[in-house]
Amino acid sequence: MSTADTRIHEYDLVVVGGGTAGPMAAIKAKERNPALRVLLLDKAHVKRSGAISMGMDGLNNAVIPGHATPEQYTKEITIANDGIVNQATVYAYAKHSFATIEQLDRWGVRFERDETGDYAVKKVHHMGAYVLPMPEGHDVKKVLYRQLKRARVAITNRIVATRLLQGDDGAIAGVMGFDCRTAEFHVIRAKAVVLACGAAGRLGLPASGYLMGTYENPTNAGDGYAMAYHAGAELANLECFQINPLIKDYNGPACAYVTGPLGGFTANSRGQRFIECDYWSGQMMWEFWQELQGGNGPVFLKLDHLAEETIQTIETILHSNERPSRGEFHAGRGTDYRRDMVEMHISEIGFCSGHSASGVWVNERAETSVPGLYAAGDMAAVPHNYMLGAFTYGWFAGDNAADYIAGRTFAAVDGAQVERERARVLAPLLREQGLAPAQVEYKLRRFVNDYLQPPKVTRKMDIALDRFDGIRDDLEQLHATSPHELMRAAEVSVIRDCAEMAARASLFRTESRWGLYHYRVDHPQRNDADWFCHAHLKKDDAGRMSSFKRAVEPYIVPIDSQERTAYDRLRVAATPQPALA
Amino acid sequence: MTFTFRETTQRSAAPVTVDHDKCIADKGCTVCVDVCPLDLLAIDPDTGKAYMKFDECWYCMPCAKDCPTGAVRVEIPYLLR
Repeated sequence: MSTADTRIHEYDLVVVGGGTAGPMAAIKAKERNPALRVLLLDKAHVKRSGAISMGMDGLNNAVIPGHATPEQYTKEITIANDGIVNQATVYAYAKHSFATIEQLDRWGVRFERDETGDYAVKKVHHMGAYVLPMPEGHDVKKVLYRQLKRARVAITNRIVATRLLQGDDGAIAGVMGFDCRTAEFHVIRAKAVVLACGAAGRLGLPASGYLMGTYENPTNAGDGYAMAYHAGAELANLECFQINPLIKDYNGPACAYVTGPLGGFTANSRGQRFIECDYWSGQMMWEFWQELQGGNGPVFLKLDHLAEETIQTIETILHSNERPSRGEFHAGRGTDYRRDMVEMHISEIGFCSGHSASGVWVNERAETSVPGLYAAGDMAAVPHNYMLGAFTYGWFAGDNAADYIAGRTFAAVDGAQVERERARVLAPLLREQGLAPAQVEYKLRRFVNDYLQPPKVTRKMDIALDRFDGIRDDLEQLHATSPHELMRAAEVSVIRDCAEMAARASLFRTESRWGLYHYRVDHPQRNDADWFCHAHLKKDDAGRMSSFKRAVEPYIVPIDSQERTAYDRLRVAATPQPALA
Repeated sequence: MTFTFRETTQRSAAPVTVDHDKCIADKGCTVCVDVCPLDLLAIDPDTGKAYMKFDECWYCMPCAKDCPTGAVRVEIPYLLR
């Protein structure tokens, strides 16, 4: 197959990723400076792309006056993330959280209210109340799309961004990528770029063995992590993996956040509660894993004790939002919430700061360590940031990128950089024969499971690095039979980069922290003396993947010693079992 | 020696199916093709109807929910069913 010529475009700002943070960044940049030419670039279609493709059933981290304070929320997340947070980023989110909710509300996103008209906030976290249901949250993407059109943001769909373009001084000069339907190569010059590419959700292989049976939208393969890495940006605490408690095989959320306030809970095989709090954290996953290891598994979501009308409410919410096919999944297996507990399992690993803390480093202005490069959403390292944090950091990125652009001119395009990338990306299509991308991806992700899934073992992670080197050689033999398969080939390369980052970041931190997320068998204890710090990773000047420590920034909200360990006490105290007669 | 490299394909049953009586792709509709996050659907030039071209389904449902005539059915992929 021949390839068309390279197409060159020019915009002041390019936002890569049209899911959650991306649309907000584009809209806010236009609001800040309506004269800016802003492009929202998506590998899928902005109407239905990203983690909230089918909407969302609630806000998991709403900081609403009268229910919670920014200080209280910052404290909760600091404790939930074992102290390793840049509080300035969490606090900046928390202070802006309510403004973001009000913005979404004005745009037409509906939130649950109580009989007095106040937001109906629920308690799901261990300490404070931050969950605000959105029973009609299935139309979030439609609301965003309308606002994008109103703000006159330019949109290009089906372009897979692969690398950032950089000027002589290292500052961002644009982005490169290809059309997944025509394989046409695109160079988009820009004065700044916002990366909002979501989680690295295709890192581990789901236990089902099905490549696309992931928790995250599989389009979120880690593209943003790889692009930021190759541009020299620092990534933070990648060893704090995302591992989620999910519906077995279906691999969607069991939604204890939705069912918890209505009386549902996570239970062991005897139907007993074993954790006090269903909020996802490394410590919660640790207890989940312990329950499986201890022979009390499987773990289930228990709803069968609830009243009929409560169950109908739960079905209405869960079967129409976020992952609506779960109703069909349960029907196919004859699972009825009235009668049956829902079997759960531990997910494969991924990177996602939306749920854990693994992301591209950003400060409270959504700036990465590379001038002109911003990041927001699941891929940006603001711990436990969820959807509302994605919107909020998208907002910050849009505002600050617009200011950065003011008075700047386009950097000269380095033709050699473009030609190198074009050759790299299109190579699988030009080969006449070779390895199938899906097969290489399967093997790569199986190695991720074999060697990186916690408990993490040093020797296994060393072997993983050898295997990932082998996959790097295999990338040179990939054969794509269509532009569509070329997209999958590009994603395999991204997944390989993320896999190597996951191994190296995990090897670097020689302690255990964040419960199951970073449980190292060879270093089983938490070691605050040596490791109360961030662990960053970047491509060094010699092109090597290198790790280094960064001090935890001084706390804005102090944590007293009693509170510090609150998340270490999640297990329900054992009740004496009746003696056998 | 003349060993010859060969590529083969693996079959699979597409979890997304289209009701040809209801599908109006032949009238110019491309909604399901547009909204699929993984870009898996296409219009069959022989029938003028939408179909699942690549089986990499995330069973996420925009194709079915957004279809103006209710012509698209999403089943859970066999491996997960």
